[in-house]
Amino acid sequence: MITIPYLTALTTYFSYGLLFAFGQLRDFFRKFIDWWKASNLQGYAPICLGLEDFYIRRLYLRIQDCFGRPISSPPDAWFDVVERVSNDNNKTLKRTTKISRCLNLGSYNYLGFAAADEYCTPRVTETLQRYSASTCSTRVEGGTTALHVELEQVVADFVGKPSAMVTGMGYVTNSAILPVLVRNGGLIISDSLNHNSIVNGARGSGSTIRVFQHNTPSHLERVLREQIAEGQPRTHRPWKKIIVVVEGIYSMEGELCKLPEIVSICKKYKAYVYLDEAHSIGAVGKTGRGVCELLGVDTADVDIMMGTFTKSFGSCGGYIAGSKELIQYLKYTCPAHLYATSISPPAAQQIISAIKVILGEDGSSRGAQKLAQIRENSNYFRSELQKMGFEVLGDNDSPVMPIMLYNPAKIPAFSRECLKQNVAVVTVAFPATPLLLARARICISAAHTREDMVKALEVISRVGDLVGIKYFPAEPKKPELEDGRKKVE
Amino acid sequence: MDLANYVPSAFTSLLNNASELITFAYDVPFARAVVFGVHIGGHLFVEGLLLVVIIFLLSQKSYKPPKRPLTTKEIDELCDEWVPESLIPPVTEEMKKEGPVLSSAAGPHIIINGKEAVNFASANYLGLMDHKKLLDSCTSSLEKYGVGSCGPRQFYGTIDVHLDCETRIAEFLGTPDSILYSYGLSTMFSAIPAFCKKGDLIIVDEGVHWGIQNGLYLSRSTIVYFKHNDMQSLQSTLEKVTQDNKRAKKLRRYIVVEAVYQNSGQIAPLDEIIQLKEKYKFRVLLDESNSFGVLGKSGRGLTEHYDVPIDKIDIITAAMGHALASEGGFCTGSHRVIDHQRLSSSGYVFSASLPPYLASAAIAAIDVIEENPQLITKLRDNSKTLSTGLLGIQGLELASDIMSPLVFLRLKKSTGSLKSDLQLLEDLADRVLKEHGVFVTTSKRSFVDKCNLPVGIRIYVSAAHTESDLQKACESLKSVAASVFTD
Repeated sequence: MITIPYLTALTTYFSYGLLFAFGQLRDFFRKFIDWWKASNLQGYAPICLGLEDFYIRRLYLRIQDCFGRPISSPPDAWFDVVERVSNDNNKTLKRTTKISRCLNLGSYNYLGFAAADEYCTPRVTETLQRYSASTCSTRVEGGTTALHVELEQVVADFVGKPSAMVTGMGYVTNSAILPVLVRNGGLIISDSLNHNSIVNGARGSGSTIRVFQHNTPSHLERVLREQIAEGQPRTHRPWKKIIVVVEGIYSMEGELCKLPEIVSICKKYKAYVYLDEAHSIGAVGKTGRGVCELLGVDTADVDIMMGTFTKSFGSCGGYIAGSKELIQYLKYTCPAHLYATSISPPAAQQIISAIKVILGEDGSSRGAQKLAQIRENSNYFRSELQKMGFEVLGDNDSPVMPIMLYNPAKIPAFSRECLKQNVAVVTVAFPATPLLLARARICISAAHTREDMVKALEVISRVGDLVGIKYFPAEPKKPELEDGRKKVE
Repeated sequence: MDLANYVPSAFTSLLNNASELITFAYDVPFARAVVFGVHIGGHLFVEGLLLVVIIFLLSQKSYKPPKRPLTTKEIDELCDEWVPESLIPPVTEEMKKEGPVLSSAAGPHIIINGKEAVNFASANYLGLMDHKKLLDSCTSSLEKYGVGSCGPRQFYGTIDVHLDCETRIAEFLGTPDSILYSYGLSTMFSAIPAFCKKGDLIIVDEGVHWGIQNGLYLSRSTIVYFKHNDMQSLQSTLEKVTQDNKRAKKLRRYIVVEAVYQNSGQIAPLDEIIQLKEKYKFRVLLDESNSFGVLGKSGRGLTEHYDVPIDKIDIITAAMGHALASEGGFCTGSHRVIDHQRLSSSGYVFSASLPPYLASAAIAAIDVIEENPQLITKLRDNSKTLSTGLLGIQGLELASDIMSPLVFLRLKKSTGSLKSDLQLLEDLADRVLKEHGVFVTTSKRSFVDKCNLPVGIRIYVSAAHTESDLQKACESLKSVAASVFTD
């Protein structure tokens, strides 16, 4: 839970109010200037009405250079950020040819598969020559190759379910599966901080949606009891089915989901559990099998497991894993399987090779090393940041760490200062987070070495002092002994 | 006579008595009291009584049946009694059938289920799938950038190849700007909700594919369908709708059509649509997945085919998984349209970006198209040959346009239900594959798809098919159709 200090809340509201007031003033003058120049709309309604893009025009454009920074190298632990210049006060940004080598604390590269890998890349290039870059057809038409069949089997074994189905994009997986599983007359109960793809999928399904407080199993139980007792709105007929949607690791909080309690509640009330492991598959758990392994939940208790390959496997695409009948049914009805191009063969090969490395089937112990490295890295980084006095969210073992900024002016200050000192961070503000709770989000990777992290901590500490985000008192440093001297008893 | 006079006279005498009583009541002694110098008449007493009665009635609680919330025990019982439906309906035989598995690239000649066959099921229209230039650029991209881009576009997922690809597409088509999406299906269903909100008006063809239907549903606007590819129907719908919504100045109005329809292979008559759009002041959203790189002299799509300047269409989207032999999708239009999508299109903002090797494949494909315009003429000749070759086929008729690269054959006489139609066509396709080594597919449909057009056999023609391939296809389809539809 984030408890914002009272003074910070006041100053944040004041800053937003000031920005809003200035924005309205500029809009007012813009109306006059535009009234002179004839508008060339000629009877059409404007494509974006006045207040819809107010936030974009007046607030976001001021700090546009903190987002969407292009890179010209693979998103590994160190990468090249392309510098951009603006001639019209940040309204448009042009690329220059200058690049700066920065430490990457923003990409989802949990196990370090982002750049060319010694085991995966030769196999991927071979697959490219054999199956070419795309199949140009849907899975039910000419798009299922032997590679796709192998991929689905490998994924199902890795996740711990009887069978799996793979689509070409994680976002589409959620948006196309939920409408097929639940229709009118069903109920979807989702966590209040679920990802946009789940929200879109739930809306597109036509069923009723209810929200329970983030990661609070007791509130989930209350909502379930209430809903089952009341039934469908207005007619009070009993619900056809209830699906509870939760995520493994929430990407904006870094928290793990309280899966054992939620699964036991759902079992008691006969609701189905849908687990979205976009960030946790491959990154947590002893052998990387995700949040079920970490928290000791049997995979047979979770009805539908979904995940993406973009984060830990360095590829693209999404999967759904479940019982054999479920996957057969989904393959027959899911639009992502029937209408969309199948996953690109080189990407499929990357996933298969990455899973082989993680399980150690490539003959080396790189997989186990990577998993141990990321766990160690995340815990070390988080504890150091907390010692320095930053407000860091998230649980132990989770590689995602948001640092709270709150104030809108601190967002560009933190981002630009860190970039000047060659550390690339990601800052997130409204609308991805609530208005008051802007934050900087750090994603640790297994490719980061101890020196990288020490440098990053130094830079963040310095910038944190400059910008003023150390909301908690720093722990006093233990007195350091000089080298060579032993402690005198 | 006497009775007729009697009734009114009795009535008048009653009335007189009543009025006497009332005047008497008014003049009753106590009613002439004087309070504080004010003369109180008798009527004040009546009014006072009325006031007391009103106050008494108002102060009474209205009768509401007592509210009794459910007790915990009752809720427990309800929860125990409730039995949910199973997660999926029982699995039928046709669901268990596995599709064909390829063991080679999906080019014009494939190895399927162990045997060689000619492939008419991949939308590899220009035959660029195994082109050397594409494979080389992909290999160099893979070695430089790895496979995935590991992040959304806003958070260090923008690689310079993405920006190069966007500028190349915009240059090729002649539009100001373009935006890349990471999946073909998500392009339309993210672009539409970014521009159409609740209360806006959208006129759409009834044969559009699921991606567009989902986008329309998510946008919550008012949706009106018109008959598939019928301009008369479009005009009458526009007429009716403009009459109903005269006052709407801030209402945004769109027409959504596909250039070559995925569900029927027809080509939309763009010149007529432009005329209607300008007359009724609607904006046009065009999906060019099957026509980009195919129609027009140099492959620039439907606008070049009909000789319409491209800035008359407001938003053009396309999936790159067809002619460009890559994956993903793009959207082009004016600067305002594209910039707005960079922050409000959910499939762009909340999803990882396209893998860089696919973006470089798209750039290489566009380069090849520009240098070799003869591919487009070859494709056009091939589609004409196949369409004319299939004209006399028994039991099936051509539903698509002669110029379309997607040849769609539907049943002349439907068996009545969608399922049995599909079963018949699938048997036909299986036999064509087994007996003649030609791979074609049927247009399967999901139950969430609202399209009502008839199902059929879809044949994708490619510029890489030779004359003998096309002839083989025509002959095999004709012979199997003859045997299926005579017995």
